[in-house]
Amino acid sequence: MSLIDFVAQFWPRLLSGAGVTVAQFLLAAVLGVAISLFMGLMKLSTNPLLKGAAVTYIEIFRGTSLVVQLYWIFFVLPLFGITIEKFTAGYIAVGMNIGAYGAELVRGGILSVPKGQWEASLAINMSPAQRMRRIILPQALVNMLPPWGNLMIELLKGTALVSLISVADLMFQARQINATTFLSAQVFGAALIIYYILARFFVTPLMRWLERTMSRKMGKV
Amino acid sequence: MFEWKWDFVWEIMPRLIEATGNTLLAAGAGYAIAVVLGLALALGQRTPYAVVTFVVREFVEFIRSTPLILQIFFVFYVGPQFGIRLSPWMSGMIAIGLHYACYLSEVYRGGIESVAKGQWEAATALNMTTAQKYRRIIIPQAIPPALAGMGNYLVGIFKDTPMLSVIGVAELIHTANAIGSENYRFLEPYTMVGIIFLAISLPAAGLIRLFEGRVRRKLGL
Repeated sequence: MSLIDFVAQFWPRLLSGAGVTVAQFLLAAVLGVAISLFMGLMKLSTNPLLKGAAVTYIEIFRGTSLVVQLYWIFFVLPLFGITIEKFTAGYIAVGMNIGAYGAELVRGGILSVPKGQWEASLAINMSPAQRMRRIILPQALVNMLPPWGNLMIELLKGTALVSLISVADLMFQARQINATTFLSAQVFGAALIIYYILARFFVTPLMRWLERTMSRKMGKV
Repeated sequence: MFEWKWDFVWEIMPRLIEATGNTLLAAGAGYAIAVVLGLALALGQRTPYAVVTFVVREFVEFIRSTPLILQIFFVFYVGPQFGIRLSPWMSGMIAIGLHYACYLSEVYRGGIESVAKGQWEAATALNMTTAQKYRRIIIPQAIPPALAGMGNYLVGIFKDTPMLSVIGVAELIHTANAIGSENYRFLEPYTMVGIIFLAISLPAAGLIRLFEGRVRRKLGL
């Protein structure tokens, strides 16, 4: 069976799988960005307690494997009475994992803002919160967007692992079709191409557009 | 509330330690493949033939933007369709080695591009062949700036080995799954796997930084 015949026959399942993958990606991205921001700021805090909490979080999530984190959240947390539905467990695990990597990017981005900017905002009597929100973070964002592009691709790839806890994403559908038809080359080939299209023609252009828009807003172009 | 049982932990430790050996072996073998193949992919993008550069470049992009777990399935299931039977270990090593080769090729590329242009010109002036230039002048200078990236991916490949469990490689997560379903206890095996990952990846990251610093000092950088 050729790849085209195969896609013509199985497109509804591939499409529904891709839809779940995109949903997992978007939810995990929102969670990941929020965690990155919190943990990145906490790691820069002078309060040892906040800083310690952020360092612990980052080291644990970067030091272990996403598969381990996913299984822990899905299979072990229920033993402590926290039962999370598999779809939710999926994007929470992926988002928390990416958040740990993103936190380092946020930290690096903030540290890359020139010292004069901090001093100037102090001189015009801004509160620390104002300074961060209005002066430092926007500039930090422009500096850290390029590595975020790579991280978003990692995030998209990471969502394929939620199939291990039977979330019906693209990877899961591909495995199911493979198990019933044994058309391995076609099904895994089609899935590879769909992931590639998502990464190359959606995620990457979106991040490039964000980079351009942000640097234009900051008057850098 | 589920209780943590230490005697169960001691009971399963021998199996987990054996699996740790397999995990380290998989990471080591995969990395060895990636280091060599990555160099080939990096040099493949520097030939005078535009077609070769284009094909290698697109191939690297494709592998880098699709999930490793899908590539593992692809290698494992597609071979038999064409009469090539690969063991789980073999297909796992091919998939993970190839995936990381693409990442490492980017690291090498950065390293090679960081070598000053004068070095190329001087090598040409000395009438060196292209092979001599690379082997004796360029590569030795390209390695130190690439070391940090190479080290990160060594830890990265280690953390990605749990994906090999899906095709039956008896690494840590595969063993933890087996222990969990035999004993109906998932808390201890998954938690211990997480701790083993932390116990290896955190010191490894520190050692790599130390090693990198020493190499840089030795080369007078």
